[in-house]
Amino acid sequence: MNNNLFYRLDWLSVLIYICLVSFGLLNIYSTTYDETAFILWDVSTAATKQLWIFIGCLIVFPFVLYIKSNFFEHLSYIFYALSILSLIGLFIFGQTISGATSWYNIGGFGLQPAEFAKITTALVIADFLSGIQTDIRKKNHLFKALMLILLPVFLIILQPDAGSALVFSGLFFVFIREGLDLRWLFLAVGLVLIFIATLLLKPLLVCISIALIVLIIYHTGKKANSKLSPYLISLGACVLFSFSVDFIFNSVFEQHHRDRFNIILGLETDTKGIGYNINQSKIAIGSGGFSGKGYLNGTQTKGDFVPAQHTDYIFSTIGEEWGFVGSSLLITLFTLLIFRIVYRAEKQTSAFRRMYSYAIASMLFIHFFVNIGMTLGLVPTVGIPLPFISYGGSSLIAFSLMLFIYLNFDSQRLL
Amino acid sequence: MIRKFVLLSFTLGSSLVFLVQLLSLQIFNSSYNELSLNNAVEKRPVYPTRGLIYDRNGILLVANQPVYDLMVIPENTAPFDTLELISFLDIKKTDLLDRLKDARRFSSKRPSVISRQISKEKQALFQEKIWKYTGFYFQKKTIRDYNLPIASNILGYTSEINPSELKTKNDYDLGEMIGRQGIEKTYESKLRGKKGLQFFQKDRFNRIIGSFEQGTYDTRPEVAENITLTIDAKLQTYGASLMQNKRGGIVAIEPATGEVLALVTAPSYNPNQLLGSARSKNFRTLLNDSLAKPLFDRALQAEYSPGSPFKTLNALIALQENVITPQTVFTCNHGHYYAKGAFMKCHCPMGTTNNLLSGIYNSCNSYFAKTYVNLIGKDSTAAIGIDRWKTHLESFGLGDYLGYDLPIGKKGFIPGSSYYNRWYPKGSWGPTTVISNAIGQGEVLTTPIQMANFTAAIANRGYYIRPHFTKQNDQDLTDSLYSKNYTLIEAKHFETVIEGMHQVVEKGTAKVAKIAGIEVCGKTGTAENFIRLNGEKTQLTDHSIFVAFAPRENPKIALAVFVENGYWGGRWAAPIASLMIEKYLNGRVKRTWLENRMLNGSLMSEYMKPLSGEPFEINE
Repeated sequence: MNNNLFYRLDWLSVLIYICLVSFGLLNIYSTTYDETAFILWDVSTAATKQLWIFIGCLIVFPFVLYIKSNFFEHLSYIFYALSILSLIGLFIFGQTISGATSWYNIGGFGLQPAEFAKITTALVIADFLSGIQTDIRKKNHLFKALMLILLPVFLIILQPDAGSALVFSGLFFVFIREGLDLRWLFLAVGLVLIFIATLLLKPLLVCISIALIVLIIYHTGKKANSKLSPYLISLGACVLFSFSVDFIFNSVFEQHHRDRFNIILGLETDTKGIGYNINQSKIAIGSGGFSGKGYLNGTQTKGDFVPAQHTDYIFSTIGEEWGFVGSSLLITLFTLLIFRIVYRAEKQTSAFRRMYSYAIASMLFIHFFVNIGMTLGLVPTVGIPLPFISYGGSSLIAFSLMLFIYLNFDSQRLL
Repeated sequence: MIRKFVLLSFTLGSSLVFLVQLLSLQIFNSSYNELSLNNAVEKRPVYPTRGLIYDRNGILLVANQPVYDLMVIPENTAPFDTLELISFLDIKKTDLLDRLKDARRFSSKRPSVISRQISKEKQALFQEKIWKYTGFYFQKKTIRDYNLPIASNILGYTSEINPSELKTKNDYDLGEMIGRQGIEKTYESKLRGKKGLQFFQKDRFNRIIGSFEQGTYDTRPEVAENITLTIDAKLQTYGASLMQNKRGGIVAIEPATGEVLALVTAPSYNPNQLLGSARSKNFRTLLNDSLAKPLFDRALQAEYSPGSPFKTLNALIALQENVITPQTVFTCNHGHYYAKGAFMKCHCPMGTTNNLLSGIYNSCNSYFAKTYVNLIGKDSTAAIGIDRWKTHLESFGLGDYLGYDLPIGKKGFIPGSSYYNRWYPKGSWGPTTVISNAIGQGEVLTTPIQMANFTAAIANRGYYIRPHFTKQNDQDLTDSLYSKNYTLIEAKHFETVIEGMHQVVEKGTAKVAKIAGIEVCGKTGTAENFIRLNGEKTQLTDHSIFVAFAPRENPKIALAVFVENGYWGGRWAAPIASLMIEKYLNGRVKRTWLENRMLNGSLMSEYMKPLSGEPFEINE
């Protein structure tokens, strides 16, 4: 079996993984580059620290490939429980950095349990949904699955770290894949559209437009015995939602939440205060042009104009120094990785392994969408890292582990 | 099955949206590049040191010296000894606190000026203590350094460009020095050189964090040019000392080249006054002195009646127009009636008969008045006559700017027919109406440099070269700019007038100007002048005027001297001109008695008369 592992391994994913992390290391070095000599064993700089963590991952995680997938399946609840405990433990032993109690300080190394909770939640959801009697279409099963997700989400929101909590919404894609009524998807998309429309326009205007759309659908799709009431009910719900969004946005949200939305939606221009990050990030990316300013030559990067550039805003460095060529290549790599994982998941022989693979593809997507969208000024500012690229030990370890478990599951597909 | 493609289509959709946004930011929107340069790159000019200015003999007149601005970076400051600093800067405590507040308001991370242009000596005293003042440092700058306290009217001065000028002069930077007045202004581009540029990478606090792209885009400054003046520093110094306690001007020109050897205006000021931190205070004092007007260059800007020296020009024009010959004789009886009841006085005794020569050296008013009437009345109307006369005078450079290379000047005035037609409509004026012009009174106005220039034209027997203040290196340029301007008078007519001017010095009105071994030609002038005092036209003591050139053959110097209210020409102007000639041609002055009289002579009491508020005598 060991001899065969070489042939069974998803080498394409491994290759993309190594490419992404290496590219990330180059860019972390660039953002923190200060023309002093590069010393490999000096882990006080971000780039070397990240490099050693990467080397550690490459040494340790291949052993994960030799574990039977049953091991993860059987112990998924244990892992999940440990994960929940570690999240609860934060409130006692956690270290607060810039307002969020998200880290354990272990010998100077900050460990972020939320990153690992993503893996354990993915495992437990996969385990739960793959149960023979489980049917996501049943309300009580859906409810249980939601509870499994909302427990860590709740604990993470309390830290508070809304960004990490948001990632768990990716598991919704697993539900859809596994048979959740598609109307939930339309509902979700519809609510998001109404939400954005309400902020852009007046709620009354939105309601009138929805009413018109409903009317058109009712008339065109008219069947002999179709009733008007379901249409009226959904229209009423939409109106209610639109007004409550307006109310929540203006009365419940705090100003900094409102600002984030307003800037993305172009309702406010502010290049000094809250809009500074986005503006500087767009300047960095925009000034990169087609081929970029060249590695280590980004003026925005050197001048530290974009805050958190080696972590959440690292894509702006890539845009500036590698230009359209580099950034579109990165986007392509991410798309390719997600497609690859989904493609292999669909071929899985075990429901548990398929759902796990699907779950991590979904969470990678959320990270990819929110992070790059934010850096490009398309999505409100939410502080989550770009997987494999951003600086951050916990994030790199957790995503590496997540990927190696996938590689393990994938390699055991035909066994 | 649609479910399998939900995540994939979300992923693909997002990627496409990202690519579109990348295209729009990076490919189709070019404004971000500029935004990022504004953000992150600082352009810093590197100034070449300003060009030096030498006199004609290579004596350094204007150099550069370092001064220091005391700078502060508010963020870096720590509590310091306020008392010591305010006593060093010689300012009030509130001033210091205000400046620190302004600096902090500008930027807490970037340097601001606390005190400008602290002298090298003062800075040296404080330099050893500056370490106690964290956040403060001295920034070196260069300003002018004047080696001699002379020629401020020629040199001009420099000062920092002000914000309103920056709007039109966009290749200057705030705080950069710019030439004001004089040579500094005319030759600004040569003296300034061409600044270089250095590019620096800034961080988000606008702090410099290193050079931009290893200095690939940096340009080196081009060295400024030095300028050699035509001025003779020794002569200029001597002229200034002769004019002390007097008001007026001296202009000395080398006739063969048009080079200005000296341009003295009195009173003037020491160029070092307009330097460093005291500049604005001193400038205001000079500007506010509305009586002595030290900033007013009398040699270039004062328009005076030329007085009797003007007779030489009228003689030349009359000769050229065949109105007189050297042998023409007119009688004078202490003057003459030029019209019914109109008498022009002259100092000639009763029954004097003058030919042209004695007319010049005796400065006979009657002789020139009669000549002038004939000259203007020669044609059918006086208008034709006077316009022809005007054309002749204009060929001597009168009535218009001379076109020299200093930024200020006055046209003077030569009246023509149009002028008199305005005052006397329907041609109701004739030669006798304008007769004052015959003797350089009346409507004619000239500046001292114009008088020196026509004297040079006489010395050259019929041409002048545009007066100028700098030696040109480029021969072609020199030839085209400074070619001969011929007068309308034929060369043959000059000898008689020059002989007359020689006789002025030998036995006429300016015997005091005679120098042993040098044939000096000159002409005295005594010009009446008036001011308005308490609303009444009041006559003041006459201006003392002298024009001269020497030697008679191959003249080396031509000059005009004007001493306000100095009474007759031989009293002040002729001695001063003579001493200038002796100094220039012989290198030293033997007639110390005359020199001392001029050096020590003062007309200050004369200038105080109209200010005293009491009745006063003139021409004492």
